[in-house]
Amino acid sequence: METASFQASFLLSPAHRSSVSTATPHGLAFCGLHKNLLSVKTTCAKVGSHSLTTQNPGKSSSWRVMASGSSNNGTPSSFDYDVIIIGAGVGGHGAALHAVEKGLKTAIIEGDVVGGTCVNRGCVPSKALLAVSGRMRELQDEHHLKALGIKVAEAGYERQAVADHANNLALRIRGNLTNSMKALGVDILTGVGTLLGPQTVKYGKVGFTDKTVTAKNIIIATGSVPFVPPGIEIDGKTVFTSDHALKLEWVPDWIAIVGSGYIGLEFSDVYTALGSEVTFIEALDTLMPGFDPEITKLAQRVLINTRKIDYHIGVLAKKITPAKDGKPVQIELVDTKTKEPKGTLEVDAALIATGRAPFTKGLGLENVNVVTQRGFISVDDRMRVIDANGELVPSLFCIGDANGKMMLAHAASAQGISVIEQISGSDNVLNHLSVPAACFTHPEISMVGLTEPQARQKAEEEGFEVSVAKTSFKANTKALAENEGEGLAKLIYRPDTGEVLGVHIFGLHAADLIHEASNAIAMGTSIQEIKFAVHAHPTLSEVLDELFKSAKVGEHSPVSVKAEPVAV
Amino acid sequence: MQLLQEKGCFACDLSSPLQQRAQGARNALSSPSAPPPSHLRMPSKPHVEARVREIFMPALSSTMTEGKIVSWSKSEGDKLSKGESVVVVESDKADMDVETFYDGILAAIMVGEGEVAPVGAAIALLAETEDEIAEAKSKAAASATSSSASPAPAVEPVAPITPTPAPAPPSASSVPPPAPIDDGPRRTIATPYAKKLAKQYKVNIDTIVGSGPYGRITATDIETAAGKTPAPKPQPAATPAPVVAAPVAPAASKPASQTSTTATAVPGTVVPFTTMQGAVSRNMVESLSVPTFRVGYTICTDALDALYKKVKSKGVTMTALLAKAVALALAQHPVVNAGCKDGKSFTYNSDINIAVAVAMDGGLLTPVLQNADKVDLYALSAKWKELVDKARAKQLQPHEYNSGTFTLSNLGMFGVDRFDAILPPGTGAIMAVGASQKKVVATANGMLGVKSQMQVNVTADHRIIYGADLAAFLQTFAKILENPDDLTL
Repeated sequence: METASFQASFLLSPAHRSSVSTATPHGLAFCGLHKNLLSVKTTCAKVGSHSLTTQNPGKSSSWRVMASGSSNNGTPSSFDYDVIIIGAGVGGHGAALHAVEKGLKTAIIEGDVVGGTCVNRGCVPSKALLAVSGRMRELQDEHHLKALGIKVAEAGYERQAVADHANNLALRIRGNLTNSMKALGVDILTGVGTLLGPQTVKYGKVGFTDKTVTAKNIIIATGSVPFVPPGIEIDGKTVFTSDHALKLEWVPDWIAIVGSGYIGLEFSDVYTALGSEVTFIEALDTLMPGFDPEITKLAQRVLINTRKIDYHIGVLAKKITPAKDGKPVQIELVDTKTKEPKGTLEVDAALIATGRAPFTKGLGLENVNVVTQRGFISVDDRMRVIDANGELVPSLFCIGDANGKMMLAHAASAQGISVIEQISGSDNVLNHLSVPAACFTHPEISMVGLTEPQARQKAEEEGFEVSVAKTSFKANTKALAENEGEGLAKLIYRPDTGEVLGVHIFGLHAADLIHEASNAIAMGTSIQEIKFAVHAHPTLSEVLDELFKSAKVGEHSPVSVKAEPVAV
Repeated sequence: MQLLQEKGCFACDLSSPLQQRAQGARNALSSPSAPPPSHLRMPSKPHVEARVREIFMPALSSTMTEGKIVSWSKSEGDKLSKGESVVVVESDKADMDVETFYDGILAAIMVGEGEVAPVGAAIALLAETEDEIAEAKSKAAASATSSSASPAPAVEPVAPITPTPAPAPPSASSVPPPAPIDDGPRRTIATPYAKKLAKQYKVNIDTIVGSGPYGRITATDIETAAGKTPAPKPQPAATPAPVVAAPVAPAASKPASQTSTTATAVPGTVVPFTTMQGAVSRNMVESLSVPTFRVGYTICTDALDALYKKVKSKGVTMTALLAKAVALALAQHPVVNAGCKDGKSFTYNSDINIAVAVAMDGGLLTPVLQNADKVDLYALSAKWKELVDKARAKQLQPHEYNSGTFTLSNLGMFGVDRFDAILPPGTGAIMAVGASQKKVVATANGMLGVKSQMQVNVTADHRIIYGADLAAFLQTFAKILENPDDLTL
């Protein structure tokens, strides 16, 4: 509140009053407010006119206008809430919980189900399916079981029960999320939220009267939906997205997966474990783009080449027709660059995993003069929304998939917490390079920070040296005890300062191992410091221990990246 | 068979001496070139043979069968010295630099970057001096042509008198290649695993005729072509299990005397269950957790027999007729087509899929006639034939045996007049069909008459299907069979 009143007096100074703005939508927004707040109607109108003339681009200033109006009027608060979050996914949930912790009066608007994509149609149910696929793999790997001395007669599964497990998990997590917010006093408002102004939202269900609420700050956290390229016809049965695939309504004999990013990769793990054969269609020239190339190579050996998977790279699925009239799913391929035809595939099903598109339609962005970039809402590094004129929209933030900075559930949550910190008066910028990512195949892939090519490019631009250290899971006692020695951890660092630039892991429980590295990046811990941290023995965490210890900091002998030649 | 043997030998002949020898010399990367066997038409000068060495694809791990050339660190014409890295090879595990044991000149690269070669195959030739380069090159060229020619049927076998049946290497493209009659380029559609196996077994995939859905080539086709026993699909979608309870009809219309399943029993021995028998056993025990009851019905089959006579010549089988009739009755009584999965709810199935129990050697299977209510009788009969053939060949796909929503078991051909069946877990009901027999009955007008009658007996899950449900269903079923003309519609 201290900040608010300061801002207000600052704002009402004559100097600012004279500045001119053309941002009409803001005026409209305040009109929207009147309906709701009869008691301060006149004040609103008055201050609203101020706001029209007090645009102060680049500074978060005019959003305090209402606060000033109210304090002048003697009303304790003219806003319904301190924070309203539109979208109760993982990002919104994280923001809401932190807002409560900071003592802010918080509401969250959800038009669908609490939990958003991650909990209902993404990370959560997919983990349930992957839990099954992991066990199926173990039970079917006779060689592996034999090495451990285990005998298993026959592994089978019941599709519906697997699907139920995924669905039940989603329901349970959704319940947990809902309860945690209710317990803390977050108001859950049901309906589709539409911005009427930077501090006003209307929400409501179809067929019901809309309600309007106001807040000092609004956080957009509307997330994303599967992206389906043009030419692909989704029927939800034979051609579908992850939304349908997670329901596991059937297990096709042969499924094409369009896109080999982590969604596609995880589903290939599930489907092949359940008996399907998989064909990847990747538009880029390598499978698994986005991963560190060395990890990609190893992962391809383990996750693709040894499985019933083939792939087409450098091709686009130009047209996909669902199975009908006794014909299978038809996929027309063309070269990504030249667009020349590359033949037709006939498969039983096609999963479209070509990424995700922001879900920002109907959000009323026109009311705050915000124009999206391919649907994404532009934000600065503090998640403040940038409008069509390149200026910050006061009091409006956007976190998560909708801003496209880093489309990960935990990144959204971290962004949300960062925003709440700012609202509460402490500046906070999230270091996205410290946000880890994981792909839950068997074994898992995880990463944080830069890939080796990215690091080398940055090094060249900024003039520093880059070194790489690697350790193998084969040298780890716990991994060998599990008979899971296949794996690699790779550290990319500055040999002069010991700064961790990136860590990439492929191997057993890689997703759980990455956090030591991501914490180091977030905290700015150097390798010299972290290498003295003690790890329990024998654990997989020693893979990272070894990794940090093998780094050569402050020495001038460049680390050989090349494998030792073998004489044969 | 004749063809097969010739083919095997033929492939042997063509595999270059380089490769043959390589089998023995796995881990010796370079070795002096042996004189080529005389029947191989290849220019060779005996006096230089020791000066041209081959570089082999090394075995970099115990599981490596083939390697991919990531990059050649040296180009043709480069001088190499012992211990120098020549090539980077990608194995199933890692990329490795491979070095040479000999000094010399890299005369010819036989396997280019990005290409794959089996372990032990020559990937390059190393000449001792510049004089040998030309010779090495021609050798490489000869080897290239002979290896590329191997699948081509145009080359006549060099050794017509097949000596001892060469231990047919898996490389034999064993299926007699059918003449490509198709006009225009035939599209080969093969599943990912089929392609992998084709590579592994060195089967020319273009010569295979696919037996999978839409004529695609499946892993089984390749295994059959390569003479391997098709491995059971590693992850059969198990439940509702491939196997059902209950007595079973022998596969299709085999004479009853041919049921051979008991022939192998040796007195005084304990024989463990096969996988299939294990599954039957589990399902039988599981069935005890379902409260079942039975309702029987006697149906006059005169009209059905008359219809069967008419359509038999068109390939219609009794199994298809019964399945069709059951499906039409189920369409009117959806609860009998339902299942109870959790003890708390009805699962109404969207399709009517009739599973029919078939005795197989040492077990039984339930191939499924999917959408039997919608598919016409003739197509259904054709489908049934296909399923039985596949079942015999152990090629049924999981959806072809585990998607049943109602099961039919027919022992009529043995003369069994009535029996009851055990309900397969996951489904709501199973029908046991007895033989049709002539009976003396009282006719509608009070006279004695002779009619053909058969008894059917349905076992159902009483949690979801009640007595009245089954009774009504059976009444409908009987009506359909007694006025069976609708079956052919």
